[in-house]
Amino acid sequence: MAPTRPLSPHLGIYRWQLTMTLSILHRATGIALAVGTILVVAALLALAAGPDPYAKVRAFCASPFGLFLLFGWTWSLCFHLCNGIRHLGWDAGWGFEIPRAYLTGWIVVIASLLLTIAIWTCVAMRGGAL
Amino acid sequence: MNATEFQTPLKRALGLGSAKSGTHHFIVQRVTAVALVPLVLWIVYFALRVALADYAQARALVHEPLNAVLLLAFVTALFWHAQLGLQVVIEDYVHTPWLEITAQLAVKILCVLGALASALAIVQIAVR
Repeated sequence: MAPTRPLSPHLGIYRWQLTMTLSILHRATGIALAVGTILVVAALLALAAGPDPYAKVRAFCASPFGLFLLFGWTWSLCFHLCNGIRHLGWDAGWGFEIPRAYLTGWIVVIASLLLTIAIWTCVAMRGGAL
Repeated sequence: MNATEFQTPLKRALGLGSAKSGTHHFIVQRVTAVALVPLVLWIVYFALRVALADYAQARALVHEPLNAVLLLAFVTALFWHAQLGLQVVIEDYVHTPWLEITAQLAVKILCVLGALASALAIVQIAVR
C-alpha cells in the first residue's frame, strides 16, 4: 500500500550532482573490485599449480571478455584508489567545503582516467614505459 | 546535567553502541585503506611486470622475498577491506533477516578463503 504521508525527496527529485554520482560509484567500484579478487586468487593459485593452469588464466585474460573485465577493473581500481584518498581527507576533516568537494571530485574523475590510460599504455607498449 | 553522568564508569568504558563494536569497524576500514594506498600502487607495477613475463619469470618474481611479503600484505589488506566494505553494503540494502545473515556469512567465508588460498599460493612459490 502506498503511504499517504509526505516522503522525503529521493533520487527522482534531486537534480543530478557530481558528488552523488561519485558516492555511488565508490560503492559500485568497490563491489566490482571485490568480484575481481577472484581473478587475483585464480592467477596466484594457477602460478603455484604449474605452467598449464597458468596458461589457461593468461588465455582468459587475453580473450576479448577477459580484456573487457581487466579494463573495467583497472578503472575501478584507479577510481576507488583516488576517491578513497578523497574519503581519507574527509575522515581527517579536510575538504568538506562544497567548492572543494567538487574540485576534488573532478580531480578524482580526471586522475582515475589518466591512470587507467597510463596503465594500458604500458600494456600496449609491452612494458616499454616501465 | 550531562546525560553521560548517569552511566557507570564501566558502562562508559564499554560504550560501544547498539552494534557492540563501537568504532572498531570504521577504524579497521580506514587502517586497511591507508595500507592499501601504497600496496595498490605497488601491485599495479608488479602486475604489469608479471603480465610481461613468461611462466618461469613470473614465478621468479613472486619468489623474491620482498615481493612475496608485499603480496601477502596486499592480499591480507585487500580481503579484509573487501569484507568490511561488502558488510556495509549488505547492511544498507539487504533487509530480509535470513538473507542478510546468509549474505554476511557468505562474504566473510569467501573473503577468508580467498585470503588463505592466495597466501598459500604465495608461500608455496616463495619457499620453492
